[in-house]
Amino acid sequence: MKKFSAQIRLEILKMLKQRGFGHLGGSMSIVETLSVLYTKVMNIDPSNPAWEDRDYLVLSKGHAGPALYSALALKGYFKKSILLTLNDNNTTLPSHCDRLLTPGIDMTTGSLGQGISSAVGIAKALKLEKKQNKVYVIIGDGELNEGQCYEALQFAYHHKLDNLVLFIDENKQQLDGFTKDIMIQQDISKKVAAFGFDTVKIDGHNEEIILKAIKNALLVKDVPSCIVLDTVKGKGVEMYEGEINNHHVRFNDNQLEYVNNLITELEEEIS
Amino acid sequence: MSVEILMQSLNSPIELRNVYGETLIELTRENNKIVLLEADLMGAIKTNNYQKAFPNNLISCGIMEANMVGVASGLSLRGFIPYMHTFGPFATRRCYDQLFLSIGYAKLNLKIIGSDSGVSAAHNGGTHMPFEDIGLMRLIPKCTVIEISDHVMFRDILKQVSSRYGMYYIRIVRKSMEQIYKEDSTFKIGKGIVLREGKTVAIVATGIMIKEALLAREMLEKEGISTAVIDMFTIKPIDKELLIRYANKTDLIVTAENHNIIGGLGSAVLESLEKTNSKVARVGVEDRFGQVGTQQFLQKEYGLTALKIVETVKENL
Repeated sequence: MKKFSAQIRLEILKMLKQRGFGHLGGSMSIVETLSVLYTKVMNIDPSNPAWEDRDYLVLSKGHAGPALYSALALKGYFKKSILLTLNDNNTTLPSHCDRLLTPGIDMTTGSLGQGISSAVGIAKALKLEKKQNKVYVIIGDGELNEGQCYEALQFAYHHKLDNLVLFIDENKQQLDGFTKDIMIQQDISKKVAAFGFDTVKIDGHNEEIILKAIKNALLVKDVPSCIVLDTVKGKGVEMYEGEINNHHVRFNDNQLEYVNNLITELEEEIS
Repeated sequence: MSVEILMQSLNSPIELRNVYGETLIELTRENNKIVLLEADLMGAIKTNNYQKAFPNNLISCGIMEANMVGVASGLSLRGFIPYMHTFGPFATRRCYDQLFLSIGYAKLNLKIIGSDSGVSAAHNGGTHMPFEDIGLMRLIPKCTVIEISDHVMFRDILKQVSSRYGMYYIRIVRKSMEQIYKEDSTFKIGKGIVLREGKTVAIVATGIMIKEALLAREMLEKEGISTAVIDMFTIKPIDKELLIRYANKTDLIVTAENHNIIGGLGSAVLESLEKTNSKVARVGVEDRFGQVGTQQFLQKEYGLTALKIVETVKENL
């Protein structure tokens, strides 16, 4: 899992370097979660993205597309070389996730707060069908500003969607700065627990802990689960970790050199 | 069978809300993938019997329209056919970005029923009175926009859209409407219907304004003005061919809608005729908000009457 995390991180850096800019911070903070989901948890078939018995992942914080695209390419949904077309004209990898363009993307997201509602809808559908597929949805802590998230929480509890696992990437930052300065979050775990979710807060950069939390979540009956991920925005790219303006970065020459060195380091680490 | 027009329209007691529940029961019996999404308005749209017949297929979403649209997108991803109803402003304006992206942009399947069209919201007043819903929904690429003319049409359209993939906005009066068509008529989405022939003027109308257009025609014909009346129930994609034909054979097209004249039927007709030399005049709400009152009072207040159509014809001929 650790190696897969490093590989995802490496591919994100290569994509953003190729383009010269992109959503670095929020992509890096969910790397370990994606690594665990795609190596140890999700029931998927990369050769058949539309497989009806698959588990679903909705990346509601759609701007973290580069992280998910990396995981999907590494799993073989499409060729790794396609990653370098991120945001190109006519690319199949747009900045925000698009289910019609990219194999393995289960839902189109980008307007914050909407993916979580789609995810609860999928979970409800699976309940009606009496299917065993699971639905994983990742939202950001900044995204929690959107009232629609709380509508979805209510719906998930009311409809007893225990086939749903909600991840909240609490990287404590949003585009304009720290969440505490933009819109105070209070205790996210307590808030979600108050909506009836089985909730746990964990280190969002430790694969073993994430795996254990997911396994526990899958045992919960009758109520949906939430895993609050304590994370660092820009994790693994020290120059940007927890720094202001790391949401969407545009590299200057110094930063590009730094990224190049980091790419070399990661490549050595992986091999 | 196809469309059969009543030569004398009828004051029908049948409420469209009853047609909704009854027709959906029939459809769900044939296809269990049909689901109804409710935002705490079952009492208003009378789906209690549906819930009794198919308790699992009626999905209570609470008063959370934005989430309801998202839930519909998820259901559609699994092959369900969701129908959602709420009052027109809440079915469109209140959850517009969700409709635009999670359904439209994501190419998913949803049938949206917006009730209490325009002044038919009557005593619910300005907060519940949509004069903008058609304009909003026309702006969503590939969204089909229909305004229902009577209960006969509503029944048929509900059936037709169940097997047509995509996004449909269906605007209705929730209670009873003048009956324009013979029972069991079937309709062609995207094709306007010539209700009455005429040579000098063509009134293109939708919804409650069809009755007014027919009354206006009687008055105009008495004065020797030959008047056609067209039911343009599909506002998008609009029947451009029919409009051009009537634009070429008459001297004036008058549109009549229970909606703002900006963005609705009148705008759609003008857009369709941009390459012709025809003259178009629009009757409808002139960029105003709604208010409380009886439907009759509001129709007078906003100029949604046969008399207003007649005046408009005379001013523009």
